[in-house]
Amino acid sequence: MSPRHHIRDELLAAYATGDLAEGWSLAVATHLALCPGCRGRLAKFEAAAGDMLEKIEPSEQSVDASWQDIRQRLSGQISSDRKPSGSVPSLKADKPRHDYVLPAPLRNYVGADADQLKWKSLGRGAYQVLVPTGDEETSVRLLRIPAGKPVPEHGHGGRELTLVLSGSFSDVTGRFSRGDLEDADETLEHKPVAGDEEDCICLAVTDAPLRFKSRLLRLVQPMLGI
Amino acid sequence: MTEDPEDMSRLIGAVARVQDVAAFETLFRHFGPRVKAYMMRHTRNLQTAEELMQETMMLVWNKATLFDPEKGNASTWIFTIARNTFISAYRKQNRPEFDPNDPAFVPDDVEPADVEFQNRQEAEMVRTALQDLPAEQRELVQRSFFGDVSHSDLAAEYGLPLGTVKSRIRMAIDKLRKSLGERR
Ligand SMILES: [Zn+2]
Repeated sequence: MSPRHHIRDELLAAYATGDLAEGWSLAVATHLALCPGCRGRLAKFEAAAGDMLEKIEPSEQSVDASWQDIRQRLSGQISSDRKPSGSVPSLKADKPRHDYVLPAPLRNYVGADADQLKWKSLGRGAYQVLVPTGDEETSVRLLRIPAGKPVPEHGHGGRELTLVLSGSFSDVTGRFSRGDLEDADETLEHKPVAGDEEDCICLAVTDAPLRFKSRLLRLVQPMLGI
Repeated sequence: MTEDPEDMSRLIGAVARVQDVAAFETLFRHFGPRVKAYMMRHTRNLQTAEELMQETMMLVWNKATLFDPEKGNASTWIFTIARNTFISAYRKQNRPEFDPNDPAFVPDDVEPADVEFQNRQEAEMVRTALQDLPAEQRELVQRSFFGDVSHSDLAAEYGLPLGTVKSRIRMAIDKLRKSLGERR
């Protein structure tokens, strides 16, 4: 079943242009692994960015000196063993499809699937695993909420992306199940509650102490009225 | 110098098949100064921009076999390499990406050939939409899309009221959004 809650245009555009910090990008990329529709939209944003590269005012500096440098670097490579830079090694498929709760790239970040992680108790039956990233702009965690229980407050005053990976949760904006991405800011008063059917595992990305810095987001936020 | 996207794709193909240096030189002379301008806007440092440009173009050379003209044109592919180089070499961050070989990956439900055809058509629409923008709108969008430039800096630079800059960018993005489709 395809997700019903998708990546907003401005978030996807910022991911496409490389203006999104790693933590937000992890939620976006993990949704993309589960959502063919958003992958199609991403391709269009990348095509637009490629087109802008084509039309950018080229650097006026002479390209000759650069070409001499490159020509030299190439001569070290030509006719030497050119390793076929073919497929990127992927994680071993030791489980059949659908058995993984965590798709790549998220699974690579935490090193194992959800049932093999060291979950830390948050009290009231809820657990979390912190997900390390290289940016200082976001904090990223996996949350496991017991079936039928509210999601514990995890202190965000800015933007929050929540991607459901297993089970579901509901709040005033609707019901979110596997693959669904909720994109909330501080104006949304949401008290999400996990569905009764099973524990809800989700990826939560929030603003770290620093504020959201993406140029493109600053650019489009006011005009999209978000 | 050739600028036809199809020719550019063929040049990458020649680099992939036979390490064609002449083909690569044509690519380099076309894309090198563009990638450098892109890096310049992000780093504001000539030497850094030059290094990142050379890094990008070396990757174009080394990864040419991975280029698939069915999936997009040369400028899109080279943009993604420049973007990833900027993120890893300059910003020192990872760029999380989906992995089509991952067992948990949900594949497209349409025949890939159809998707590719559709993507190419849509990419063409985007290109046309950008082409159709009045020059002053296109330039502002490009500057704010790729550069670390605030609206007020742009207004000062072009000697325009801030409101004019904002409304021009808004009109341009609206147009672009329409061509990108309103699906969500
Ligand atoms: Zn989606």
